[in-house]
Amino acid sequence: MKPFKIPFGPQHPGLEEPINFMFEVEDERVIDVKPRLGYVHRGIEKIGESRTFHQNVYLAERICGICSFAHALCYTQTVEELLGIDVPLRAKFIRTIMAEMERIQNHYLWLGLTAKEMGFETLFMYAWRDREAVLGILEMISGKRVNYGMTTIGGVRRDITEEMTERIEKVLTHLETRAKYYKNVCTRDRTILKRTVGIGILKPRDAVSLCAVGPTARASGISEDIRADEPYAAYSEVPFRVITYRGCDVASRVYVRIDEIVESIKIIRHALRNMPKGIIRVTASQRVPEGEAISRVEAPRGENLHYVKSDGGDKPARWKVRAPTLANLLALCKMLIGVNIADIPVVIAGIDPCIACAERIVTVDSKTRKQRVWSGTELWRYANEWYQKR
Amino acid sequence: MGLADGYSCDREEPKIGLIKWARGSSPWVLHFNSGSCNGCDIEFVASKSPKYDLERFGILVKGSPRHADILAVTGPVSRQARSRLIRIYEQMPEPKYVIAIGSCAITGAPFTGSYSHCGGVKNVIPVDVYVGGCPPRPEAIINGMLKVIEKMRGGK
Repeated sequence: MKPFKIPFGPQHPGLEEPINFMFEVEDERVIDVKPRLGYVHRGIEKIGESRTFHQNVYLAERICGICSFAHALCYTQTVEELLGIDVPLRAKFIRTIMAEMERIQNHYLWLGLTAKEMGFETLFMYAWRDREAVLGILEMISGKRVNYGMTTIGGVRRDITEEMTERIEKVLTHLETRAKYYKNVCTRDRTILKRTVGIGILKPRDAVSLCAVGPTARASGISEDIRADEPYAAYSEVPFRVITYRGCDVASRVYVRIDEIVESIKIIRHALRNMPKGIIRVTASQRVPEGEAISRVEAPRGENLHYVKSDGGDKPARWKVRAPTLANLLALCKMLIGVNIADIPVVIAGIDPCIACAERIVTVDSKTRKQRVWSGTELWRYANEWYQKR
Repeated sequence: MGLADGYSCDREEPKIGLIKWARGSSPWVLHFNSGSCNGCDIEFVASKSPKYDLERFGILVKGSPRHADILAVTGPVSRQARSRLIRIYEQMPEPKYVIAIGSCAITGAPFTGSYSHCGGVKNVIPVDVYVGGCPPRPEAIINGMLKVIEKMRGGK
């Protein structure tokens, strides 16, 4: 049988950003992948050049709605470096707490979506129910559920009070028991094991050479974490463990993230107890001296890099963003080669991309050039039926 | 942009009461991200989660435009996604309703002035209900959906 070409995406009703993958498949195996990006290109870097440094904080948050705090933090750190501002220690602790909260909500979100890709909708509902608890805390602290508007150049905008701390502690205890429950489910449930173990292999050598970042790299046994390698905010004062697994497959990526939830809870607890008193913000001038700076932040999905160049005015001369999904895309293509069509959604979801499931795929028969359109539901059904037959 | 000119907002109202009643009781929704930051998308998915439970109103999220009564669009319409959005809208059966979720889908909000998108959804396809917010809360999205249902049943 001749190889088929399957365009995958770009629209889909599930959740994430549109992207297009052109798969070349032989029988059931994927033999080649070509990604095509650009469906959500909004020209943020260019818009940023026409706005002031302080306005851009809010634009940075809207690069991605899920890791919005990581982007805003990365941007503000870059500008603070240019300004030479020393951020108050309390603000640094609040930043750490917010960043970890965001990590917890992102990982629960991801766990739910990956479970959905596997056809395990119950776990999706469970995970999203627990995620609401984290969002409740985030809303209590910042006033918003998504795009918190917490960090600003020179510190943070809101403080964490004593009453808040009490409520956070309560929710954290609940979340910890839930995370342990999920670990139990994901290591024992046959549905999950069948769909994740040995699927989407990324060897450590490939992870290094293709510059994989974040949990994707850590699931291949590469111990790289910006929080530990190059501590920012208050991470240098908080003890934590970098989670790595050696499985190199989707299952390892699940375990890395669940363990990271537990680790994040510990970080938040430690930070809340050891948070110094004091001011949370220092004033920053509108004009930024000439120069350039970069900052790296460990977003829930991996390393996040912002570069800002200033020419002495109140607007950046150049602003460059490198988001973790882009870094993981090459590694994703490597993982996809050799997997079954039925495993494509799970493997794509495995890197926690800004694209999770495929809404629609078009099968093009290379002989007759006939097109058949598959919807996301059909693909999902096909995947589950294919596994039931085994 | 003048793209909306090709489409008419005046729809033929269904004559039979039963179909109208059935459609209003269980509309199916297609969600399309036309260039959003994911903020509205996760809030949309969160509205399906147990705490908010959109499905108690009979609203089901579907994967195909051919099954959908309501198109939920998030984000400013990027140039790349514009033709896709129009195609999806054309594939939906009549009568169809569009709900624009989030400030970006209304005007392009924080991304105003960009070269790579054509502003709000109304510049591309006609919109019935707008849900404001960046991102709107799941309750607001549910409220928007109920407004569409009201419209389906013959209200304004």
